[in-house]
Amino acid sequence: MRFADRSGGGVLTAVRGVSFCVRDGEIVSLIGPSGCGKSTLLNIGSGLAPPSEGTALVDGKPVAGPNAQVAFMLQKDLLLPWRTVADNVMFGVEIQRLPLPERQRRAHELLTQFNLAEFSEHYPRQLSGGMRQRVALARTLAVDPHVLLLDEPFSAVDAQTRIVLQRDLARTLRHAGKTALLITHELLEAVTLSDRVLVMSRRPGAIIDEIAIEMPHRDDPIARRADPKVNDYVARLMDRLDIAHASLDHRSNGGAG
Amino acid sequence: MKDAAHAALVRKGAITSAVLLVVFLAAWQWGPGLIGVPSYIVPPLSMVAAEFVRAFQLDHLLLHTGVTVLEVVAGFVIGSLLGAVIGYMLGMSPVAELALSPYILALQIAPKVAFAPLFILWMGFTVYPKILVAILIVFFPVMVNVLTALRGVDPDMINLARSFTATRAQIFWKVEFPASLPPMFAGLRIGATLAVVGVVVGELVGGNVGLGYLLSFGEGQADTPLVFVSIVMLTVVGAIAYLAVILVERRVLHYLPARSIGGNL
Repeated sequence: MRFADRSGGGVLTAVRGVSFCVRDGEIVSLIGPSGCGKSTLLNIGSGLAPPSEGTALVDGKPVAGPNAQVAFMLQKDLLLPWRTVADNVMFGVEIQRLPLPERQRRAHELLTQFNLAEFSEHYPRQLSGGMRQRVALARTLAVDPHVLLLDEPFSAVDAQTRIVLQRDLARTLRHAGKTALLITHELLEAVTLSDRVLVMSRRPGAIIDEIAIEMPHRDDPIARRADPKVNDYVARLMDRLDIAHASLDHRSNGGAG
Repeated sequence: MKDAAHAALVRKGAITSAVLLVVFLAAWQWGPGLIGVPSYIVPPLSMVAAEFVRAFQLDHLLLHTGVTVLEVVAGFVIGSLLGAVIGYMLGMSPVAELALSPYILALQIAPKVAFAPLFILWMGFTVYPKILVAILIVFFPVMVNVLTALRGVDPDMINLARSFTATRAQIFWKVEFPASLPPMFAGLRIGATLAVVGVVVGELVGGNVGLGYLLSFGEGQADTPLVFVSIVMLTVVGAIAYLAVILVERRVLHYLPARSIGGNL
């Protein structure tokens, strides 16, 4: 996947001169201050918003609109309250008109994998936040995308649940050999989950650093957390983001990513 | 809340309710006599009950009730269908909404029952003007609720559906339509009770059949018990209409925690 050069001709340029690629099977994290255009990149990548300049490529083909190769997941679980857990997982494949037995097979497989099989006939309101987010991840994976775009997927759950969800995500991505672009605010999350971390500047966002995470256990963020090397990477990211000298101005409250 | 505690609360409420009913009926029967209110002002319960039997046998009470029910059902069904369809159309087309909203607002502010004499001028002493008033009165709460519900659908939800390559029709049927149902049912609950109001006003203004007619006939005869019988029957009709909506709502919105009967009136 490749993004390049988006500059808005109008009032606000979200990102400019951004060019990077994510290799097949790689997990790349994007971190940066609030409002640096991370979510804009995600919208471009998923085909929801066309770039005003430049292109995004998936499997070498330009993204012309929403497509089955790319699926995204947000901080909000976006589960439909009137659908059971299983039906929520099948939401994407149903839209893509896969035959019913195949939809059910995928939903069952994913729910079993995420230890949610016994809840498949429950409704979202009966689930905890962490479980709901896992259902959302299952729904994203059910369409069998080549690329996952994850926009702060775990920032709304509590710290302990987040660690479990990160582990589940890491295992699943490795197991299925998926490519992923992860947008996150959390430096530790970026370091423990990724092969590479891209650091973005303030708006108009540009990539100011690229850090390869040379650590084992990409499929086990809990093991990575225990590795002292993590601290060096986090320190470097903090330095690049200039967190020590950052002040909180009104802009830092605007919108996610 | 714990289920057991909740069940105890519900039981307590039901018992209190039943006690209140007995107290009310007793007060109705003996209260007027005790404080010296004559029976042509407030007839006691037994007199109203006797009048009910008499009206049933001699005044075609069943026929009047049947006609009113028919008008209420027709007005409610047509009014809510129109309200829903127009609500969805305006919801899908922001331009249409902007263009029509001043007129809709004006019509919404105008007291719908004031149209009853006009409709009777147009259509005579038939059931149609009554149905038309009911349609007009039911239309707005349903339309407004549907429209508001469509406006309130999370844009990220729509984007999620789009990212799965959903067509416009799929977004409507899989996201927007189901999301609009809870507010629509809130509108239908309001509509069910308002439909009765619309029909009664229509019947009061003109005609010779229906509970509203019976009401004004009783007034003309200074037959207070008959007026009371008509009011009770109208309340029963309205209550049944309201409960019918709730029963359907419970089936359709089974995924929501059950709401109390009186909630969201």
